[in-house]
Amino acid sequence: MSDIPLGTTAPVAVGHAKPSMGVGEFLSTYVFSRDHKVIGIQFLFSTLLWFLVGGLLALGIRWQLAWPWSNMPIIGRMLFSAQGGQISPEFYTMLFTMHATVMIFFVIIPILAGAFGNFLIPLMIGADDMAFPTLNMLSYWFMWPAFICIGLSFFAPGNGAAAGWTSYAPLSAIPEAAPSSGMAQTLWLLGITFVGVSSMMGSVNYLTTIIQMRAPGMTMFRLPLTIWGMFITAILQAFALPVLTAAGFMLLLDRTIGTGFFLPEMATANNAAPTSGGGQPLLWQHLFWFYSHPAVYIMILPAMGMVSDMISCFARKPIFGYKPMVYSMSGIAGLGFIVWGHHMFVSGMNPALGMTFMVSTMMIALPSAVKTFNWLGTLWGGKIHYTTPMLFSIAFVSMFVIGGLSGIFMAATPVDQMIHDTYYIVAHFHYVLFGGTAMGVFGAIYFWFPKMFGRMMNDSWGKVHFFLTFIFLNGTFFTMHVLGAVGFPRRLADPYHYLTFAQLQPINQFMTISAIGMVTSQIIFAINFFYSMFYGPRVGRNPWHANSLEWMAPSPPGHGNFDFQPVVYRGPYEYGSPETDDDYYPQTQPPPEDREASSDEGDH
Amino acid sequence: MGRFWSLLFLMVPVLGTAVMVAPMVYQTGMLAGHWLPEDISAYNGHIVDSLFYLILGLTGAIFIATGLVLFAFMWKYDAAKNDEAVKYTHGNHVLEVVWSILPAGTLLFIAIFQMDAWANSKMRRPTLPGPDGVIGTSDDIPKPPMALVTGRQFEWRIQYPGEDGVLQTPDDIYTVNELHVPVGEEVVLQIEAEDVLHSFFLPNLRIKQDVVPGMRQFIWFKPIKTGTYDIVCAELCGWGHYKMRGRLVVDTPAQYKQWLVDTFLEQETTTVRPKEAEE
Repeated sequence: MSDIPLGTTAPVAVGHAKPSMGVGEFLSTYVFSRDHKVIGIQFLFSTLLWFLVGGLLALGIRWQLAWPWSNMPIIGRMLFSAQGGQISPEFYTMLFTMHATVMIFFVIIPILAGAFGNFLIPLMIGADDMAFPTLNMLSYWFMWPAFICIGLSFFAPGNGAAAGWTSYAPLSAIPEAAPSSGMAQTLWLLGITFVGVSSMMGSVNYLTTIIQMRAPGMTMFRLPLTIWGMFITAILQAFALPVLTAAGFMLLLDRTIGTGFFLPEMATANNAAPTSGGGQPLLWQHLFWFYSHPAVYIMILPAMGMVSDMISCFARKPIFGYKPMVYSMSGIAGLGFIVWGHHMFVSGMNPALGMTFMVSTMMIALPSAVKTFNWLGTLWGGKIHYTTPMLFSIAFVSMFVIGGLSGIFMAATPVDQMIHDTYYIVAHFHYVLFGGTAMGVFGAIYFWFPKMFGRMMNDSWGKVHFFLTFIFLNGTFFTMHVLGAVGFPRRLADPYHYLTFAQLQPINQFMTISAIGMVTSQIIFAINFFYSMFYGPRVGRNPWHANSLEWMAPSPPGHGNFDFQPVVYRGPYEYGSPETDDDYYPQTQPPPEDREASSDEGDH
Repeated sequence: MGRFWSLLFLMVPVLGTAVMVAPMVYQTGMLAGHWLPEDISAYNGHIVDSLFYLILGLTGAIFIATGLVLFAFMWKYDAAKNDEAVKYTHGNHVLEVVWSILPAGTLLFIAIFQMDAWANSKMRRPTLPGPDGVIGTSDDIPKPPMALVTGRQFEWRIQYPGEDGVLQTPDDIYTVNELHVPVGEEVVLQIEAEDVLHSFFLPNLRIKQDVVPGMRQFIWFKPIKTGTYDIVCAELCGWGHYKMRGRLVVDTPAQYKQWLVDTFLEQETTTVRPKEAEE
């Protein structure tokens, strides 16, 4: 941080930590807290821990694809002593199922809505806390039953759910269908349901807070795009989640008391007693994707918002096309409800329906394109400061372009016939979720870390972390497009016995080495994060010279957030405004005319 | 450092294009088999591939253009090198309209352009002439399936109707994981699943269709090259999903007829017939 001078305000140590603290007080302050900032940071720590679990599961997948059936070094003997240190095929199906489940339901969704949503919403709209602080606390503590269910699932027969993160019936509905379709699958369903309940409580709270508790002068069109992203995400969650929860209960009933929502007549697998059935396996897919497709946008919109804020701040220039950005986010959310069928083009769904979904899916690329052009427009003519959060934000744009464009291939139904369920789709969603969201999240952690802990993270090590992550991420995921073009299917423990895929092992080994590098690079981040929490340089309120309200509060903000009543005079992107000599113009700074007017009138 | 980061991001379009174009152009040596697999279909594969290339061209152009623009802006507007004042602007209405309408038109075009190919491969099942003896009239009958393929954990069971052309009669011919079809003929298959979802994927014919227990579906294709090809299960079906591999053997018509006769004789003279026992 040499190019932007650090904040001029003196470090203010306003925390709730007091020198001596009883156990009860410690518990109510840091554990069972109703303060949105503490809850946000609790979400952050929990999700980062799961991020590690998910990353290690991914390495297991990569190991098997690079060197199938070979002894895994060091931990192989410990984990798979019965198989002489090698991954078994049923363990492999567990690995990719749990990798996806952990990353989606325990990392991305809760880190965006839970961690950043909680921490930023009241601060950015100028409120002292959430509308319902107790509900907010409950939404965090409802994650714990989910953590426990998924954790127990690893120890149930089959070592964890293994029907894919989509848990398509009947594989997930008939307990005998696979070694892990028994208790492990039931625990998986319960875990997902608890996550759903937690998200639901969060989304109701966010909507109420954003609608009701904005500071004076904070109109909807003066909200930072981060808040718009969180707002639209909360709407998506509130409307889509009930469907997943209902579907989850239906599947649970199919599994436990013999209903037949998702099982056809006399359905059986692996010599199980036939069920009475009468249902339809495709119904599960419709219900699941009716939630899980909007969930894709739940997993990207808040990151889009945060990236917009960071790009504008470090380009020292107003965001290009604020309203088009808001409208395109709303467009993505609206269209997001009518595109779920594109996951089902070759599922057996009526092909005529495929055409409808193809058109709506193609159209959803449009708002994404508009957003990309606006980010480029923001960079145009700015003064770009290459800080760590900015590099991650630019990486978001660059990687999101790849993930967005590769989606068009899958949206085209005839082409989807070839690349459906191949590594093309794996490349696509990793570019959106890792290249996109994870980059945005890393940037956001570097950006808001000073507000969370009152200290800076090390920028040089941040750049090393960025550089390595960026290189290895492309090494791992870009090559997947090539695999996908060959038709290399996902979820195969050993694809190389097929004539068509036998030659693809070397490229997979390259990807695995990149993946190992990518996970290893995160050690730099972890050390930087924890070291800076305690020993990083202290900062004042506004180290990045940003405009939005959270930077007007002390770092870290105390209980109640603001030590003054924030009044908002303008939007959050007034960088380089001619009205002021500084290159930034905080939302709370009264305009010059106002100041004169008030001194003239005398009483205000 | 701004120069360094700009160049790093320049590598995205440069290397990205290289990685996609190299295996497309040089399909030999180390890169052999790293692109769309051999197409042995009369029409479907060609259509799918040309649509793939069309989208690759359009998206590739946008990928390269946005990548280069990003690089140019990063290079030019680096705060350490750029002394110009910040362009204080909140956007441009005309630009927004232009860059909304252009992609919208392109995307709509792509979508509508695909529809015919999709209908041909999933909705317009080949027909035989009806009583009037002319194909393409309203009394056409759908072409009956050449074989019934049933997916189950973890194999493809294949049943040919035999001499009488009717399934589930005593002269049916049964095989496992080995589907023989004659070259140059329009093949219709009836595909079903017995237990969980599977997906019948023929990479060399660009055909993929999930099979769903309780549903009867038909697929069709016309192979124009003899040889042995893969049948891939592309939908997770349990722990043994990876080994659910079938073989598609495209024979000459004479070979195919002979194979049917040989297989039937072999099956009738073998005393242990576990595959039929379950039928």
